[in-house]
Amino acid sequence: MNALKQYIDLYDESREAFEQQSPDVLNAVRRSAREHLEDARLPRKGSEDYEASDLETVFAHDYGVNVNRLPFEADPAETFHCDVPNMSTCLYYSSNDAFHSSATAERNIGQVVVEPFSIAADDHRELMAAHYGRLARLEDPTVALNSLLVQDGLFIYVPDGVVAERPIQLVNIFNAALDMMVQRRLLIVVGKNAAVKLLACDHTQSPDYHYLNNQVVEIVAMAGASVDYYDMEESTPLTHRVSSIYVEQHEGSNVLIDGITLTNGFTRNNYHVEVNGEHAETQLLGMTIASGEQHVDSRTFISHNAPRCHSNEMFKYVLNDNAVGAFAGKILVKPNCPRVEAYQGNRNLCGAPTAKMYTKPQLEIYTDDVMCSHGSAVGQLDEEALFYMRTRGIGIDEARRLLMQAFVADVIDGVRLDALKDRLHYLVEKRFAGTLSNCAGCLTACKKS
Amino acid sequence: MLVIKDLQASIEDKQILKGINLTVNPGEVHAIMGPNGSGKSTLSAVLTGNPAYTVTGGSVEFYGKDLLALSPEDRAHEGLFLSFQYPVEIPGVSMVNFMRTALNEKRKYFGQEPLSAADFLKLMREKRAIVQLDNKLASRAVNEGFSGGEKKRNEIFQMAMLEPKLSILDETDSGLDIDALRIVASGVNTLKSKDNATIVITHYQRLLDYIKPDFVHVLYKGRIVMSAGPELALELEEKGYDWIKEQVDSQQ
Repeated sequence: MNALKQYIDLYDESREAFEQQSPDVLNAVRRSAREHLEDARLPRKGSEDYEASDLETVFAHDYGVNVNRLPFEADPAETFHCDVPNMSTCLYYSSNDAFHSSATAERNIGQVVVEPFSIAADDHRELMAAHYGRLARLEDPTVALNSLLVQDGLFIYVPDGVVAERPIQLVNIFNAALDMMVQRRLLIVVGKNAAVKLLACDHTQSPDYHYLNNQVVEIVAMAGASVDYYDMEESTPLTHRVSSIYVEQHEGSNVLIDGITLTNGFTRNNYHVEVNGEHAETQLLGMTIASGEQHVDSRTFISHNAPRCHSNEMFKYVLNDNAVGAFAGKILVKPNCPRVEAYQGNRNLCGAPTAKMYTKPQLEIYTDDVMCSHGSAVGQLDEEALFYMRTRGIGIDEARRLLMQAFVADVIDGVRLDALKDRLHYLVEKRFAGTLSNCAGCLTACKKS
Repeated sequence: MLVIKDLQASIEDKQILKGINLTVNPGEVHAIMGPNGSGKSTLSAVLTGNPAYTVTGGSVEFYGKDLLALSPEDRAHEGLFLSFQYPVEIPGVSMVNFMRTALNEKRKYFGQEPLSAADFLKLMREKRAIVQLDNKLASRAVNEGFSGGEKKRNEIFQMAMLEPKLSILDETDSGLDIDALRIVASGVNTLKSKDNATIVITHYQRLLDYIKPDFVHVLYKGRIVMSAGPELALELEEKGYDWIKEQVDSQQ
C-alpha cells in the first residue's frame, strides 16, 4: 500500500489544471516536489521519529482534493466566531482551502503586507522567488505533497524596521460538506529589525466529515527581527493535521513559536529551526491538552549553526482517557559554535492509566564551550496536593482540574501577547471543564462531573 | 459534636490506631500529646479521610452523621478542618483561586450562590488580618516558597476563611519561632467560640501556654492511655513520657 499514490496520480492527471491556476513560483517548486515523490513512502509507525504515529494510515483515507478551486459559498466571518476574539487583531480567514478577507482586514496594514500568493507573486515577485520553498524540505514526503498540490497560500511580509502595530490573526476553518484534504501554506518574511506577532487558529466547524490539513509554514527572521508565531488548534475528532514549520533565524533575531492543541483528532507537528546568526534567541513552546482518543505528536529540531545563541524549549502535555502524546526533540550544536545555551524540557501528566506518552529528548553537541540540557518526565497528579485540596472542601474533580490547569500555567505565561495569554487561561479552564464549543459532541472524562 | 468509638486504622497492613475513644463537645479544646510514632498524625489523617489509611474498625460520628462514610471534601463542608503538620505546596494554583474555589464549593454544597468577587476579596482582607498574613503571600501560589512560619499562618488563615466547627491542629507549633507561635495561637483564640471546638496535637507544653486546653489526652501505641485536665501537660513537660510508657507496658 502507498497512500501517496492516489494523490500523485491525481496530480499527474490534472497537472495542467494545477499549473494554470497557480503562480509560476509555486510551479517551479512543484516540479521538484514531483521528483522527490517518485520513490517516496510515508513514514509508518515505529520508524525513526515516528514512534507513535502512522502517517500512511492518516493519508490513506479517500480525501477530496479541490483541484479546480471550486468556490465554497458563505463568508466564514459571518457564521463563525473564533474563540480568541476582541484582540484588536488584523483578522484573516481561510475556509477549507481559500482565503477570505473580512471587513477588518486590509491587504496592507501600514507597511505590513498580507496577501494571497496569487497576488503576492506579482506584487512581490522577487521576495516570493527568493524565499518560497527555500526552507521547506522536500525530503519529507508530506512537505513534498503539500508543495505538489498547493495552489495558493498566504504571504506575510514586514519590511525592514517596521513594527506591526496590531497582531495578525489567521483563522483557518474546515466547513466543507465532504471529506477533504487541504494544503495550507504560509510564507512569512520579517525584515531587519522588524517585528510582528502572528496567531493562527485552526478550527473545524463540521464535526461529521474527515478533514486533513497538510500544512507547511516558512518563517524567515532577518537580523534583529522579532517574530511571535502562535499556532492554536481547536478541531474535531475527525480532523487530521500534519504541520511542518520551518524557521530561519539571522543575527540577533528573536523568535517565539508556540504550538497549542486544545481539541483535535490526529496531529503531527514538526518544528525545524535553523539558527544561523550570532546572538539569536529562540523560544519554542508547546502545550497539549488531550482526552478521549486525541493523538498529538510533536517533533522538534533546533540546529545551532552560529555561536552565542540561546534557545529555550518547553513542551507540556496533559493526557486523559485513551489520549496518546508523543514528543521527540533534538538540539544540534554544530562545530565552532561556542557559548551556545540551549535548554529543552518535556513534562507530561498522565491523568489516566490508559493515557500514553512517548518521549525522546536528544542533544547532539559538537562544540565544547556550551551550556545545554534536556529533561523529560512523565507523572501523575500529586496525591498529596489532591488530598490537601479536598480537606479544604474542593471536590476531587475540581481539584484535578485545578492541578491540571496549574501544570500548564507556566507555558501559557510564556505567551508574549497579553490578550492571548488571558484568553488562553480562560480557554484552558473551559477545556478542562469540558465546556469548549468543540467539547459539545465529545463524551470524554473531562465533562463527566 | 464528635464521638469516636473504638477507632482502628492501618496503613499498608500496619496497624497504627488500635481502638481510640474520644468525645468532643462544642466550646471545648482538647490536646492530644504522646511520644513519636504513637499515632497522633494518623488520627488526624483518618478523621479527615486521607485515602492512604484504611479504617479497620470502630465508628466516628460528627453531629450524628457517619463521618467515615463521607468523602474528604464533604467532611470539610460539614465543618471539619485540618491544619497540616506539613502544608502542601501547589505550584501554579494561586491562593485566591484556591480559596475562592473552596468557599464556593462549600456554598454549592449548602445550595447557596457563589460569593461575588468583591465580597470574596473583602472576606480575604478581613481574615488575612487575623494572622497578619501579607497580601503578597495571598496573591502567590498555595504555600509555594512560603517559609515554615508563613505556611502555618496560612493554615490558620484558611481556617478563618472556612469557619469550621471542629479544627484539628496537627503540630501547628513545629517549625515556628516564638513570635510566629504567638500570632498563630492568637489567631486560633480569636476564632474560638462556644459553638466550635479544637483538637490540638502537639509534642510540647509550650503551645498550650497560648491555646489553653480543657482536656489533655496521651496517645501511646495507638490508644488513648490517659486523659486529664491541663495539669497533665505540665506533668508531662516535667517528667517525660517514660512513666506512662512503663505503666502501660507493664499492664500488657
